[in-house]
Formats: sequence, C-alpha cells, structure tokens
Amino acid sequence: MAQIEIKNVAKRFGSYQALHDINLTIQDQEFVVLLGASGCGKTTLLRIIAGLETATTGEVSIGGRRVDHLAPKDRGIAMVFQNYAVFPHLTVFENIGFGLRMQKLPNDEVKRRVERTAELMHIEQLLKRYSGELSGGQRQRVAVARALAMEPDVILMDEPLSNLDALLRMEMRAELKGVLAASNTTAIYVTHDQVEAMSMADRISVMHQGEIVQAASPIEVYRNPAAEFVAGFIGNPPMNFLPATPAGDGKWSVAGQVMDGPSSGKSLKFAIRPEDMRPADEGLTATARVVEPLGAHLLITCEVQGSMFRAVLDSDMSVKPGDQLTLAPQPDRMRWFDPDTTLAVA
Amino acid sequence: MTAVTTDAAAPDARQAGRWVYVSAVALLCAWVLVPLYFLLINTLSSPETVNSFPKPFIPEFDLGSLTFFANFAGMLTALKNSVLVAALTMIMSIAIGAPAGYALSRFDFHGKELFRLLILLTRAFPLPLLALPLAVMFIRTGLDDTVFGLALVHTTLAIPFAVLITFALFSGIPLELEEAAWTLGCTRLTAFSKVVLPLILPGITASAIFAFVISWNEVFAAAVLTIENRTLTAFLLQNLDTSPLHLKFAGGFILVVPALIFIFAVRKYLFAMWGIANR
Repeated sequence: MAQIEIKNVAKRFGSYQALHDINLTIQDQEFVVLLGASGCGKTTLLRIIAGLETATTGEVSIGGRRVDHLAPKDRGIAMVFQNYAVFPHLTVFENIGFGLRMQKLPNDEVKRRVERTAELMHIEQLLKRYSGELSGGQRQRVAVARALAMEPDVILMDEPLSNLDALLRMEMRAELKGVLAASNTTAIYVTHDQVEAMSMADRISVMHQGEIVQAASPIEVYRNPAAEFVAGFIGNPPMNFLPATPAGDGKWSVAGQVMDGPSSGKSLKFAIRPEDMRPADEGLTATARVVEPLGAHLLITCEVQGSMFRAVLDSDMSVKPGDQLTLAPQPDRMRWFDPDTTLAVA
Repeated sequence: MTAVTTDAAAPDARQAGRWVYVSAVALLCAWVLVPLYFLLINTLSSPETVNSFPKPFIPEFDLGSLTFFANFAGMLTALKNSVLVAALTMIMSIAIGAPAGYALSRFDFHGKELFRLLILLTRAFPLPLLALPLAVMFIRTGLDDTVFGLALVHTTLAIPFAVLITFALFSGIPLELEEAAWTLGCTRLTAFSKVVLPLILPGITASAIFAFVISWNEVFAAAVLTIENRTLTAFLLQNLDTSPLHLKFAGGFILVVPALIFIFAVRKYLFAMWGIANR
C-alpha cells in the first residue's frame, strides 16, 4: 500500500515562492500527472516527494509514514529523470541492476530481475552495451527498466518522454501506460504535454504559479475546468472566451445573443470549446479570418464582435476567409467564469 | 574584368598563404624540437664526443655520459629526492585540491567567485618573494632542508591547477547521475564512490601527474629551501658552473624526459582546465 499524502507543502527559493500550500492525496496504484507550463513548480513538487529537495514547510507521507526527513533511498521510491541519467561507466545490465546491487541481493536474484524488466521494456538484446552506444529511446527504456527493477512502492517520472521525437513519444506513451498499470505501483508523472497527461493519467493535477488549480480525471478537467487558466491551458485549440452581460435572471447576453446561464448579479465570461460549435440558423455571428483544413476537421479562426474565436467544424463544409457564419453553441457544453476570481461559476 | 583578375590572382594568393602557414609551423616545431634533439644526441654520446667540435647529427648510442651521470657523487640521492618530493606533492595537492574542485562545482556558497579568483591569485606572487620568508619560517619550525617541507611549497604551487582541473571535470558530470544514484539506494558517499569516482578517475590521475611535473620541474624553491637534501633540479643548478658539459646534458635529459612524457599523456585534461574540453 503506498498512498501518498502531501499536506500544506510550500517551497521558497530565497525570495521566490515556488510552491504555495500544496495539498494532494494520491491513492495506492493511482497514476497522477502533474501538468503545467514550465516554472509552475511541478518538478519541484516531484523532487520534494523524492527527497531531492526539502520543503520549506509541510508534510509528505508515503504509505502512512512521514518521509520528509528521510533520504531518497529510504522512501521506497524510484525515479526516472528527464535526461535519463543512465550511468555511462556501467553496462545496461549493471545500470538496471544498480539499485538491486545496493540492496545486496544475491547475484542470481539480480540477474533474474534485471532480465525480467529488460524483457518488459524490450531491451533484452542491449544488456551488454554501454549508454554511449544507445539511442535516446533506448536510454529512456533503460532508465524506466532501472526504476521498475527496484519494484518500488512509488515511481516518480520527471518529463521522461520530452527528449524523444514525436513518433517515438507516442509509442512510448502507450507502452509506459501498459507497463505501469501492470506493475501495480503508484505513479506520479510530471509533464507539460497535455496530450500525454490526458492519455495516461487516472487523475490530472493542473498546476499554475506554484498552486494546484484543479485535480480531477482527465475528462473532468477537459469538460469542467475549475478555472479560466485550466480552460485556456487544456485542449488544442483551447476554450473560447467571450464577455457576457446580465440580461435578466439566469439570462446572459453574449455577442448580441441571449443565452441561458447561472444566476449571478455581475458580468461573467462565457466559455465554449471550439468543437462544441455548430453551424445553425440562429446563433453568434462570426466572420472567418483564417481557414485551416486539418483533414478530419476544419479549424476556423474567426472574429466575433472584435474578439478572436475558434471553431472546429466538419471538413465537408466549404468556408473561405471573409465568409459570414452563424454558429450555435451546444447548450450543455457552455461554461461560465467569474472574471474577478477566474473560477468557474455553475 | 575585375572578376577575371581576382580569379587569376586567387590561387597564387592561396598558394602563398599556404607557404607562410607551412613555414610558420615548421619554424615553431623546430624552435621546440631542435634543442631537444641536441639534448638527445649529446646525452647518448661519449663524453669525448660531447666535448669535441664539430658534433655529429646522429647519436652514437654511447652510454658513457649517462654512466658518468649516475656515478657522480650525490646525483642519485638528488634523483631520489626529486621523485619523493614530486610524489608527496602529487598526493597532497589531490587530497586538498579535488575536494575543493568538487565543492566549487556542486555547492553554492557565499564568496564562491572570490574563492576561484583567490586560487588563481596564488600564482600572481613571484616565488622569490615567498621563498625567502618561507625559508626563515621553515628554519624556525625545523622544516628546512626536508623533503616534506619542500613538498609543502610545491603543493601550494600545484593546488590551483588541481582545483581548476578537478572543478572542470566534476562540472562535466551531470548532477542527475548522482541524484539517480541517491534514489537507487546510495548515500552521498556511496553515490560518490560508485558513480562519480569511476567517471572522474582518469581526470584525477591526469591532475596528479600534472602536480608531479610541476614539482619535478621546480627549481627556485628547491634551491633556496634545501641544502643537503637537494632535488635534481637544485643539485644540477648548484653544480652548473663546475660540472663538465656531458654531465649537464645528461642531467638535462633526465629532467626533460619524464615531464615531456607526462604532459603528453595528460594533454586532454589540461585543455579541459580551460574549458575547451574535446570529450
């Protein structure tokens, strides 16, 4: 059992506050992705859990045991680094077996576990090579195998796929997800790539400026962003925003159209995903500016009352720049945000 | 028109440039190699040939001069002293310099830049300025005319290089490797011995050899601070005006050869010291 509990963790580097009061509970065997732009504190949080960095304040527990004052080796974790950190003076075999040798396991046990994890990561033919003789993707596999061979309670990954090219990244993503699901470990995975986060995570924890903005399942984060930042960060292209002014109880005027919304006294922001717009007889009037055919869809960047607005439409439609479109939002997909707090309003 | 003229002139100009380049290289090589070659010839010739004129251009492989050198009173003791002082210098400068290099590359502390500057500044003071006060101090503490005392002075001279070379080497090893070792069950100490040390050992050896050469070649402090227990350089200097020509040649040769071989062996790491590592 390795539930991870992070309580009121804050980190300060000199006068810079990298993390503000982080609270997060990760269930046993859960796959949690820390997602955010660079500098949001996600790697710092991971390193605090690993013990490579000490929190200024707060508590970290793994499996019900306080670990904040333990060295990395005593926390029951294994880590995969962004630059792989494969030891250049050891063979692949000795790299994967490094942690096992540190535990003073007998030779045949080391051999058995190294060979098993190597097979799992499809690198059994590379065991005699050195890191200098491997490609980036192979080094990545060695780094993951080295962590898995430890059979840790928790596996921590710091942008493990960011140095691979796009095709390899997609392949490794699926493979890593399968391997980790089979290994029954709790996993924390740091990335800035929302596609990786969406496709791998049981739960995404979106971080922004040293705080967790939302921690929820990928589809929840996508459909019901808790804050304007999440709505603008997740999704490619991200959500559209338009100013909304009150037009009676539960009625809002958005770009000249009256729509149903929450009851609130002040102005709100209306938000909708580009793929949730449909051509209709009645709706928002938009002028197409750029038309990008993407094969399956047509991405149209248009102007709605002076604001930029994107819509993803069926590629059968023929739209030229300058065309006038009437687009209707799908009623159950409309979202509203408070411009002052930037939080979602239901 | 102009295009045609330049086209015609270009090969000539390039040809001329090439000649200048080749002759400059040849001249510089000769500058270093010719004296070494004469040293070699005269060492491997009989004392009679060395003292006669004209001299041959091919060595006659006579060991007379070297035998004379080996049998000269006090020479072998001086050679032994040189080796002892250089070995001690090597051990002490690595023992002190390598931890300093590690600290410089891995930790942030106040005055780090000043520390680096101070290390270099130790080379800014001419040795004669230091040697005389040192001699007085050594006589008071009883360190004068000892192998250990001289090794201390040579260590001082070698440490800046030891620190700078090891600093460059440690900086070349990513911190992530050490962190990976920590997460795989190592303490700071075992991570150092199992990951950093194997990677840095060739560089440490190089830096040690360089310290050895610095001590081996040093003459001023050796001449001022020792009387009985002279090193080879000091001993040769002392006998410079009284010893015969073939002894000087043989002594010079014995001094030059180890230094040349060592420096050649560690050249890669000496470049690393100035941050132009070609690894």
